[in-house]
Order: sequence, then structure tokens, then C-alpha cells
Amino acid sequence: MAEQQFRLPDVGEGLTEAEILRWYVKAGDEVTLNQMICEIETAKAAVELPSPYVGTVTALLVNAGETVAVGTPIISIESLTSAGSGTGASPEAPPIQDTELPKTRTAVLVGYGVKEDNQGPRRHRRGVAPVEEVPSVVVERHDGPVVAKPPVRKLARDLGVDLRRIRNTGGPVSRGDVLAAAEKRPEVELSPAISYDAAREERLPIKGVIREMAKAMTASAFSAPHVSVWIKVDVTRTLKLVQKLRTESMFNGVRVSPLLIVAAAFIKAVSEFPKINATWDEATQEIIIRGYVNLGIAAATPRGLLVPVIHEADSMSLPKLGSALMSLVDTAREGRTLPEEMKHGTITITNIGVLGVDGGTPILPPGQGGILAVGQITDTAWVHKGKIKIRPVCELTLSFDHRMIDGELGSRVVARVAQLLNDPRELLATE
Amino acid sequence: MAQERLVQLLTPEGERVEDPEYSIEISTEELKALYRDLVMVRRFDVEATALQRQGELGLWAQSLGQEAAQVGSGRALEQGDYAFPTYREHGVAWCKGVDPVQLLGMFRGVNHGGWDPNENGFQLYTIVIGAQTLHATGYAMGLMRDKSDRAVIAYFGDGASSQGDVNEAFVFASVFQAPVVFFCQNNQWAISQPIEGQTRVPLYRRASGFGFPGIRVDGNDVLAVLAVTREALAKVRRGEGPTFIEAFTYRMGAHTTSDDPSRYRLASDLEVWKLKDPIERVKVHLARTGQADSVFFAEVNAQAEEMAATLRAKIIGMPDPDPDEMFAHVYAEPHAPLAREREEFKNYLASFVDQP
Repeated sequence: MAEQQFRLPDVGEGLTEAEILRWYVKAGDEVTLNQMICEIETAKAAVELPSPYVGTVTALLVNAGETVAVGTPIISIESLTSAGSGTGASPEAPPIQDTELPKTRTAVLVGYGVKEDNQGPRRHRRGVAPVEEVPSVVVERHDGPVVAKPPVRKLARDLGVDLRRIRNTGGPVSRGDVLAAAEKRPEVELSPAISYDAAREERLPIKGVIREMAKAMTASAFSAPHVSVWIKVDVTRTLKLVQKLRTESMFNGVRVSPLLIVAAAFIKAVSEFPKINATWDEATQEIIIRGYVNLGIAAATPRGLLVPVIHEADSMSLPKLGSALMSLVDTAREGRTLPEEMKHGTITITNIGVLGVDGGTPILPPGQGGILAVGQITDTAWVHKGKIKIRPVCELTLSFDHRMIDGELGSRVVARVAQLLNDPRELLATE
Repeated sequence: MAQERLVQLLTPEGERVEDPEYSIEISTEELKALYRDLVMVRRFDVEATALQRQGELGLWAQSLGQEAAQVGSGRALEQGDYAFPTYREHGVAWCKGVDPVQLLGMFRGVNHGGWDPNENGFQLYTIVIGAQTLHATGYAMGLMRDKSDRAVIAYFGDGASSQGDVNEAFVFASVFQAPVVFFCQNNQWAISQPIEGQTRVPLYRRASGFGFPGIRVDGNDVLAVLAVTREALAKVRRGEGPTFIEAFTYRMGAHTTSDDPSRYRLASDLEVWKLKDPIERVKVHLARTGQADSVFFAEVNAQAEEMAATLRAKIIGMPDPDPDEMFAHVYAEPHAPLAREREEFKNYLASFVDQP
């Protein structure tokens, strides 16, 4: 009788760890030789492990779902007979416990070696004093082989330059690299021009709105290839329209702003080019084209960036849109926007003009096809009817998901918005 | 398109059938011996797979499902014939009398092939895909110059058939009418690449382009493989040049123990091939014709279990090799620089002390 521990083997070539997916046995179970005891998953494959022992399971040493390093004991088995002495084993065969690998050694049968921290005590050389590593020249040390041609290696040796200490620029080490390294004086690296003072630094935890912003922006920026197109537009007529609407009874109690007209123009353009109002569905390998416009409005709030959504914005009259826009912005500024109110946007406007800038390259809210940045309206020297006039001009930037929206479609949409702002009569015609 | 011709003498259901070109006369004892081979080879493979999963072997390439192709062709070889294997010909090694323990030494990383190729006429396993077909052809051309009547067989897979080496071997073997049989186990998968990704014509038909005959045989029918390989070897001995044999079979296991076939092939394909199992059909035939009874089958199984247990014990107890051995096999004759290096290395190793 002897308690045996089965250590996680390297079932692939040079694997260092595996996850126990499920156990087929539990403490107290009898196991036979080569009976499958668990399923594990490595970087390469999901495989079953057969028991090397006959006996009773005394304990599972690793829980299902855990990932452990190769060599970690995963199960202990009170074994009646060692694995080697099954039916008819030759009598001269040594029992398994005598031949188990020493605990301090991880067998490397093939592959790329064991992890540093898996190695047992190294054997030390007799009569050779440990050599203090004296950096002959410069910089960082690279592990692994250094690529250099034989003459370069000879040069390095002649000059006392350790090839592994040459800052690698990616390719093979050249003669120039070696000569440059030989010229450097150690004091160069001893006078770092770095200054820092923790007392004058503030460290903020990444949480809440910032955390969400970071998550959403990172997900979007590195999955959807962004392209931005921009256009300048004379918004004289839009501003006139804003003035006019403010006097109309229909807009009583509604804050009429240029943003409202931009929103209406954008909604109209999106309705005319519905393919911009789309979502890339990676999981199903489909592009979802939305038959409705849920307009997100990016708002700077005390809590950070929020993007509340006006649902079914394309079915709203201009006064209703204005009213929705007003309450949404107010709610956001007061920090009362609920998480549900920021979901299911299909396309977004970011009004960066209020911050005094002309344009930018906005990042798409995840899952959306386009985002329109509206710049500030500035009096500009503008050619109007063949003469240079001072006109109020605004820059529009549209970023879109180039996986599904090409430059032509994106350009057409932003040009259409500009056209509607230049001459907003069409927006009223639909009233 | 007409169905491809497939030589078959024993159906998956265990029925003996006739083939217009090939036939085989086989005694009960011979058939029982073949059955024993098949069972032993499979048991060996199963044990080796388990040993790998227990950390005792670094890697294992399973032969599961290909036993008939290997045993059938291996038993067709005569004493003195020379086999050039891939790294999966465990069944051929068995037939050639290579000790399974020695075979596993290589997969345990204890040696680079622990058997003497000349002892059994079984070359070391070749890991480089298809390279052994050139070695085989060269060896066969050497036999011609020796005026020998021995034959050579080169093993390779469907994936290797796309290799330049293999095609060059075909050219040389054909032009020189070398005494080599090209034995291709088409197991349908080159790691994760299916046969459709390898060729647009059945593999055996490629041979005609090189100027020698090709034949497709049911690779899971040990009798058909034996008959077809025997005939090809006989032709080689008569100086009639090479033959391409495509043994149509299936890799029931993974490519190696580092591979997970569930990532690229359907479990249902495996189920279809299980019905064509190479061992089951022989067993059914032996039982149904009254040539063997349950006593015989139990005895074979017991033999296989005993072999597996002995193998396990010997593998686990296999000593690490003496580092000095690496100087023993590279040069045919010792010489001064080698002796110096050997001495230097010995002193270097002796300079270490184990930490307490």
C-alpha cells in the first residue's frame, strides 16, 4: 500500500500548464489502470488522462476549472499495486514508485524546456568561482539566441562586446551595432535624466464611468477599423432657421439649438442611407441593418462621458425631437441618466463644438456604424456667390466602421448632412 | 464517375469476397496469426497512448485504425527485405521483430531511435515528411548494383504524397526500375488537412504519370493488403519496377498526442469508419467460419494485456542514456579529434557536483 500522487504531465510538446475541465472520479472511488480520470485542456487540445495507478482515490488535489502548471500533483491514489505490476508484468520490472521522477525535476522529453521556476536546484560546477556579471557595455540583456553573422561575432569578441547586451533593433546585429556598443561609456547609462516625485502625482482608481468608457472605446477602436471623413459647411441658413423656430408657438418650451437641426439633418441622411445605420455582428457573421434610428448624443457630464439615446428618433417631429433632446441633455448633465437610457443606440452625434474645437476623429460607440462630430460654428472668410464673405461655418466629421461601410457611403452621408444644414428647407418640408 | 476500383478480399462484415486480379490462399493458423498481430499492435498503441498521457512519453503518433494496412504489408515482407517507415509504422515494426520497448525509447526521448536498422531490415523512424522515400529509392538502386533479390518498401502518407521528395523518389524509382514498393497509407488526414486538400485524383492514379502501376486496396482488409503487397514485392524481385499501393484507411486517433482532431473533423466520420474496423472483420470471419472460438480470442487478449503490462514496466524503468553514448554512433571508426572531444566532455560533466 502506498499513496501515489499523479503529477500533471506535459501532454503536448513543451506545454507548461493545463486547465482541469472535469473530473470523472472523486475521493473514495476505485480506479483501474488507464481508467480515464479527468479531462484537461491545454493550449493545444482537450484530452483525457488515464490513471497510472490502480487503487482508491484519496483526494483530488486540483478543482475542476483550475489551471495548474505541468508537474503539479493533481490526484492522490492509495495504490494496491503499482502501475508497472499489472497482469503478468515481468518480475524484474522495477515498481513504479522507485522510478518516479525526483520531485525536484521536471522531465523535459521534447519541446522547449521547463519554466525557470519549475527547475530544481541547479548542479553547481566544482572549483569554479561564480563569475560576477560585469556589463562591458550598455543596455539591456536579451534572452534567446542573438542573430549575427560570424564576422560580426568575431568583431564583438575582439572588442569585448557581449552581443546579448546590444539593444536589438529587430534584425541581425550589424558591425555598426557592435562598434556603437563598443564606443559607449558605462557612465552614459549611469546618468539617467529621469525625475519623478510621487508626492506631486495623483493616482485615480479606474472605475465607474471612466472604466466603462475605457472598456467601450478599447473594444470599439480595436475591433472596428475606423475611417473619418469631414466637410465644412456654411450654416447661415441653419442659424436663421433656429432663430425662426424659437419664435414659433409649436416650439414653446423647447430649447431650439443648432444641434437640434444637426440632429434632424443627420437622422434624415441616415434614413436615406440606411446601411450606415448598421451593426457588425461578429458572432453570427452578419451585418444588421436597423430599420429605426436610435440616436445617441454624447454628452460631457460631471461623471464623464455619457451617451444617452433618443429611441425611434426618426419617427419624431422636429418639436418632439427638440423636446427629447433637451430633456436628455439636462438629465445627463445632472448625472441622472440611467444605464438603460444609454443602451441600444444605433448611431451617435457628439457635439464637440461646444468645447470650442472644429473637428476630431470620434471613436464609435461599440456596435454602431457611425458617429458624427459637430465642430464649433465660427465666423469664417468664405466664398459665397463668388465673393469672399464672413459666414458662420461649421465642420462635420463622420467616423464609420469600415468593415461594412465604405468610403463612398460614409462620404455621401456626411455630404448629405452638410447639404441639409446649408439649406435646411427640406427638413421643414417633411413637417 | 465510375466508382474507383478497390481491392478487397474480406468485407467489413467479415465475408470473404473474390477479386478479379488478386487472391489469397490462407490457412487457419496463418489467419489466426494475423489476428494476433492486429490485436497486439493495437494494444501496444493503446498502451503507448496512455503512457504519453501519464507523462512517460514525450509524444506518441497513434496507429489506431491502420493496423491492417501495416500488418498486411509487414507480413508480406520477407527476411532481408528492407522497410523505410514514417514515424507511425508501429505495426510494420512489430512484424519486422523490432522490440516495442526500443521503439518507445525514441518517444520517451531516451534515444533517437534505439534499434539497429540492419538487424531487422527496419530503418529508423523518419520524422521529416516523405524524406524516407528518397532513402528507400537510393537503397533500392544500391540493391540493383549488388544484384540482390531483396526488395524495399517505402511507407508514407497521403500528406507526404504532396512532398517534392516523394515525387522525386517516384521519378528515380521509375526511371531506374528500382526494386521499391511505395506503400501509401491514405488515412484521409494530413494532421488537419483532409485528402480533398491534397489531391483532385485518387492518389494511386498518380503513379501512371510517373510510369509505374498504382493500385488502391482496402487498407482495413488485412488479406487484401497482404495479397497486393506480396504481388508488388514479387514484381520488384522480377525486376519489373516499382508499384504504388494506396492503402485506403482511416486515422482513428489524433495525428499525434499533441493534436485534437475534434477541432477539425466530425465525430460522425469516425463512426462510419468504426464500422470498417480492421480487427473486427477478421474476428467475425474467424468466429463465423468456426476457425476460432472464444477461448482463442480470450487467449489473444490475455497475451496482449501481458505485453502491455511488461511494456509499461520496462518503459517506466528505462534508464537515462549515458551521455558518452552520443560519441559512439556518429563515426564508423574512432579517430583522434573525436577521442579528444569525448575526453573533454567527460571532464566537463565530471566538473559538476550535486547540490546537497
